[in-house]
Order: sequence, then C-alpha cells, then structure tokens
Amino acid sequence: MTYQWNWGVFLQPSATGDDTYLGWMFAGLKMTLALSLSAWVVALLLGAVVGVLRTVPNKTLAGLATAYVELFRNIPLLVQLFIWYFVLPELLPTSLGDAFKQSHPVFQQFLASMLCLGLFTSARVAEQVRAGINSLPRGQKNAGLALGLTLPQTYRFVMMPMAFRLIVPPLTSEFLNIFKNSAVCSTIGLLELAAQGRQLVDYTAQPFESFIAVTVAYMAINVIVMTLMKRVEDKARVPGYMGGK
Amino acid sequence: MNKIALVAALTTALSAASLPAHAQESLTLKKIKETGTISLGHRESSIPFSYYDDKQQVIGYSHELMLKVVDAVQAELKMPKINTKLLPVTSANRITLVQNGSVDIECGSTTNNLERQKQVGFSTTIFVIGTRLMVKKTSGINDFPDLAGKNVVTTAGTTSERLIRKMNDEKNMGMNIISAKDHGESFLTLETGRAVAFMMDDALLYGEMAKAKRPGDWAVVGKAQSKEAYGCMLRKDDPGFKKVVDAALTKAMTSGEAEKIYAKWFMNPIPPKGLNLGMPLSDEMKELYKAPNDKAFE
Repeated sequence: MTYQWNWGVFLQPSATGDDTYLGWMFAGLKMTLALSLSAWVVALLLGAVVGVLRTVPNKTLAGLATAYVELFRNIPLLVQLFIWYFVLPELLPTSLGDAFKQSHPVFQQFLASMLCLGLFTSARVAEQVRAGINSLPRGQKNAGLALGLTLPQTYRFVMMPMAFRLIVPPLTSEFLNIFKNSAVCSTIGLLELAAQGRQLVDYTAQPFESFIAVTVAYMAINVIVMTLMKRVEDKARVPGYMGGK
Repeated sequence: MNKIALVAALTTALSAASLPAHAQESLTLKKIKETGTISLGHRESSIPFSYYDDKQQVIGYSHELMLKVVDAVQAELKMPKINTKLLPVTSANRITLVQNGSVDIECGSTTNNLERQKQVGFSTTIFVIGTRLMVKKTSGINDFPDLAGKNVVTTAGTTSERLIRKMNDEKNMGMNIISAKDHGESFLTLETGRAVAFMMDDALLYGEMAKAKRPGDWAVVGKAQSKEAYGCMLRKDDPGFKKVVDAALTKAMTSGEAEKIYAKWFMNPIPPKGLNLGMPLSDEMKELYKAPNDKAFE
C-alpha cells in the first residue's frame, strides 16, 4: 500500500496556529510526566501503608487492607477511570458534583486520572511491600520486639528499611508501568502523550510518523527511569541478600 | 494502539517495496476476488449513518449505501457469492485501517477533505452536513458567541474539533474545549453538565438527540460553521475500485433510490428508540442527488 512519509510534519505550524506539531508532542510529554509522577507519589505512600497493614497481627486492619488491594487490583484500569470520571461526580451531593463538573476540564481530567492511576498502582505496590516484609526472617521482628521496641517502632526501624531495599527491582517495574498505563487517560480526553499522538494523526493524516514519535518518547522515558532505578538498586542492595555483595 | 500502528508501518514499508509502483489493475478488486471477502469499515455510534441497533446489528444510511456498493462489486467481479467482514472503526483509527488494508471501504460519517486526500481516496459524496451546536433548551445559548468562557465538548479527531479550537484561538473566547473519544461520550459529557454545548455535524447531533433519555430537553442551534461532504473512504490510487464504487453510488442517487434511503433514516422513526429525526432534505443534498460528485468543500 502507498504511504506518503513526511517527517517534516513535526515542524509545521499546527492547524490551530498556536504551536508547531512538535510543540504538541512536548505538551503531551509534559502532561504524561506530571500525571505519572504525581500518581506515583500517591501510589508509593498509599501502597506502603496498605502493604504494612496487610502484615499486621490485627485481623480487622489486615482484612481491610486485603479488601482494598483486591478491589483496586481486580477491576480493569479503564473501568476504574470511567468510574472516577463519569460516575463518581453523579454520586456526590448535587452542589459538590456540579461544582466539580463546572471546573476547568483539564483539572477534572487530571484529578480523576491521578486518583485512578495512583490507587490502582498503590494496590500493586502494597503487594510488593507485603512480599518484602514477609520475605524477612521472623527473627528480625522478634529481635526488634525483644529489644523493647513497640510493634510500630519495629516496623519503622527494623522491617521497613529492610523490606524497601529488597523490593526495589519489582518497584521499578511498577514505576515503568505507571507511565505506560497513563496512556489510558487519553480516553477521558486528557491530552497526554498518546492523546497528542492521536491528535496529530487526526490533524495531519500522518499516522506512522506520529505513532513512531510517541513510541520513541515512551521508550526514552522508560530508559531514563530504568537507568535511575538501576543506580538506586545498586545503592540499596543489602549485602548477603539476593545478589548483594 | 501505537504498537499496532508501528507493526502496520513496518509491514506496509516492506510490502510497498515488493509491489510494482503502479499496478495497472485494481489491487483492492483483485484482493476481493482472491479472498472472496470484502472488508467493510463501519461506525458504532454515528446515528443515523452507521451504528449498532439494539441487537448489535450495523444499520444506518451510510451502511445501506455501502451494501449497494458491495452488490455492485459482486456483479463487477462476477462472483456467485461475496463474504462481508464488518470491522468497527473510530474517528482516530479509520484512516490507518484503510491504509493498511484491514478495511477495503468505510462508509460512515467521514468528511472528505484535502488533508485526508493525501492519505486516502474518497468516493462520490454521500451526504452534506453543517457543523452546529447542541444545547439544553433552558441553557440560554443560541449561537457560538454565547460560548465565551464556557466548557464546550466535541469529539476527538473531527473537523468540529479543529474549527472550535481555531475559533477559540482567533477570537480569544476563552472556551475550555473537551475532546471526547466518540459521539456517545461527547453527548454524555453534555448530558451530565460537564459542558454547556456539543459541537458536531448537525445530522449526528440529531442522531444523539434520538438516543437521549428526554429528547425534548435538547435543541440544535447556531449558524453552521462549515459545510462538509461525507464520502466513503477507500485506498488512494486505486481508480479501478473507485470507479465501481462511484458508479454504484451515482446510480443509487440519480435513480431516486438514495432519496428513499434518506427518507427512511431522516424522516421516519429509527431504532433504537423509534424517534423521528425530522430532518428534511436540504438544498445541498437535493443538488448532490441530482449531480453526484466527489468534491471536498475544504
């Protein structure tokens, strides 16, 4: 089939005249980075708390944490996004829901996307944290308690520092996933990288150039993340444990 | 989706290299003859052009015309039987799917414009529309200037999106433009109060109205911002196939058949709610039926 390649399309002024198409791609890249990084902060904080709660002796707390993980891990990301964006505002009190819906669309889309991605990923991070804690020898917890530390202190000073150093490699995967999952947010109209790529197709009818550019941009993000996380991994490695010196 | 496109790009690049640059006969017709199958692209929610009814069957004005084309192709190739493969497409992927050969012909609600002509071919025009606004009757919005500073929704990848962004920029109207994924989602955005107006092709707006919970609450208003010609999308540089398609469509229009199909979809109750769009034949459409052509308006 015939296809007219035109890489110069990125330097052309955009159809709306406010920027070049390359500028659109950068705007999308910035949105993807802002969304993914803020969602990652949410995911790490919530995931750490929920992961710890899954391992505590208190049955109620552990049960609640398990329910949280199963809820957010077992519903498809896209469905969760639509619930946050379309359904939740309708369930709020009318005045609050209307105030949200009348606000700036980018704010609405960003907030819904950040919560959705953050909570979805937090359930996965929680599982990594739990696995990390459970992989520690029982003696460590007992030693902490025997030294007179309370249970929260044992978690804070003995188990968490160890667990987090052990789970850097699986956390790297989750960190990479959050950038790739952020593309789902284009379905509610958030103009992130994938959405800008699609817009470029609509406006210029040059699908291959724009999708290749989007692919390269995602790969660049992930190579940078992998390189950074490799350094963290090397620094955090525990001597005597899996691959540690 | 971008991965699929990448694979498509690579295969296209490879196959393009192995094919003669200017095949004399129509590659599309040859493919249909060899496989016994024609692949039809349709829309999922472009009422009343191409959409699913409540039994998930594809129906609509454009779809009926496309079936006329299929009959003509079958007759042209003298095939005793022709299999049809239906593939749903979206505003965003339709051009790629036609180019990479997944779809042989797409009749839905695709505007024929010069930019797209660089990538794909278009048949004789099948419909002429104007881009206008749908608003809640009680909203007090009557035309485009009333939209300044408001949230406005349109469907991503459409000509309306381009027009309203341009208008926003040129006239400094401070509108917040929401680009929804398809017409159904655009209307949902309007219905839930996220946007005060939905800009789209007028015929599609009437179509969304027919789906609404309370159709009487909504109105289509405003001066048309552009005239657009809908055509069936084909692969570029395949005059053999285009000739068969154009002949079938021209025959349907000049014989009065198309006008009957028009009446069925625009002046009579249609699925899924049995609502009548009540859109009389416009002067542009009358002209088109008299003298079918494949000219783009922009």
